[in-house]
Amino acid sequence: MTTVPPSGPTDAPDTDSVDDRPSDAVGREVLDADDIQRAMTRVAHEILERNRGASDVVLLGIPTRGVDLARRLAERIASVEAPVPVGSLDITMYRDDLRLKPARALERTDLPSGGIDDRVVVLVDDVLFSGRTVRAALDALGDLGRPRAVQLAVLVDRGHRELPIRADYVGKNLPTSLRENVRVLVTERDGRDAVVLGTVEPE
Amino acid sequence: MRKHLLSAADLTRDDALLVLDTAEELAQLADRPVKKLPTLRGRTVVNLFFEDSTRTRISFEAAAKRLSADVINFSAKGSSVSKGESLKDTALTLEAMGADAVVIRHFASGAPHTLAHSGWIQGSVVNAGDGTHEHPTQALLDAFTMRRHLGDLEGRRITIVGDVLHSRVARSNVLLLSTLGAKVTLVAPPTLLPVGVDTWPGEVSYDLDATLPGSDAVMMLRVQRERMNAAFFPSQREYARRYGLDAERMAALGDETIVMHPGPMNRGLEITAQVADSTRSVIVEQVANGVSVRMAVLYLLLGGSESALGSVPSDLEAVPA
Repeated sequence: MTTVPPSGPTDAPDTDSVDDRPSDAVGREVLDADDIQRAMTRVAHEILERNRGASDVVLLGIPTRGVDLARRLAERIASVEAPVPVGSLDITMYRDDLRLKPARALERTDLPSGGIDDRVVVLVDDVLFSGRTVRAALDALGDLGRPRAVQLAVLVDRGHRELPIRADYVGKNLPTSLRENVRVLVTERDGRDAVVLGTVEPE
Repeated sequence: MRKHLLSAADLTRDDALLVLDTAEELAQLADRPVKKLPTLRGRTVVNLFFEDSTRTRISFEAAAKRLSADVINFSAKGSSVSKGESLKDTALTLEAMGADAVVIRHFASGAPHTLAHSGWIQGSVVNAGDGTHEHPTQALLDAFTMRRHLGDLEGRRITIVGDVLHSRVARSNVLLLSTLGAKVTLVAPPTLLPVGVDTWPGEVSYDLDATLPGSDAVMMLRVQRERMNAAFFPSQREYARRYGLDAERMAALGDETIVMHPGPMNRGLEITAQVADSTRSVIVEQVANGVSVRMAVLYLLLGGSESALGSVPSDLEAVPA
């Protein structure tokens, strides 16, 4: 599947934040439920391959939809190898844009009982965009323990990085323009699985 | 937007639940190796205490420090206040130092309100207890503690016993608990009830033994002898016998009922040591929860571009009052 990004001005807002998006979306569906299914299965296998099994792996989803995706990866890993601990990591207090909006409600941080020290932590998020969310997640991890390694898995990499950050596992590379926004819908929250490419409304 | 937290009545049900939910997440911090978040880095919080306090001041200080704010502690003793400096001049000094929030405890009811609305300072004002008026963060931490033990407070029966007249804790608790849907009963001798208590939400009773069964939480208030300039009850012994919580009365409580006290306790007067140290007592928990709740308040007031409390849906904001 190829996407041709329309060109346009590059002053679109950061849609990297996952919490304030509507749960349904108008736009072009670029990945359907089966595509997402296959991508997640491949990523699960890549995680096992890269780490030679699942023994030290801990999956941490970034709220909100990263948590759902982390659970799905854990299920797939459990079905081919052994169960892996899965949790969630709220990054709100570490965001660099906190002072640009009124204080936000916090999401859940839920560490597996074994902790993260000396484990391989795989951060899971839905969309990788500016990289600022991941930067905040790395800071948050530093206060929670000392993993042996940190890796990053995302369903969609839409480009436009603003920090030197890349993903280790990518479900789908999706070239986009800054005028577009990418919405990931998951059955757990939105009633269906899809990745939808929309256009940012001119303000 | 509400920039200040002056009264428990300022909080809508949504605000109160936002504070309590935020505090619930922040409570996890106590179990972590690094008990600190970078959120208020570069912000200055001043603790302005005109009245003695142990737990409230330490609690606010810990809360602000765990959020990485710079904390300046100011107590009236040993400051220029003892030379006669007015609240206004003190406030102007703090403003010159760039205080983003002032946590104030004052012996005069209404001092936080004056500070917030005088134009002397630009920052947020948090009431940490003013005279016999209000102590909203104490009410929040009490509600937080109750919620952890009882779940949703809607329809729960809370009994508040003792010196209601001098208690800012009681007033704030009555306001907040009724906002959260709990049924509050005040129990006190008639001399220790304030004028106008009949207009407060909830009920009033003079009979502790009749009220205890069926209560989900019993909050004992401190008899504030330092504020008593007249004889409000015949003797301490008589007070303890009629309104004190002892082992015998504790036996009349339901199995799940919790016993609370805002501290400091007069052991042997409003509560016996046996009750205070029993497994039903959540008094030490209240202190620990105070830090989480105050972190939540400071974060919601100072963490973003503007306060997250008292938010009005955006379609209503445009309508002129």
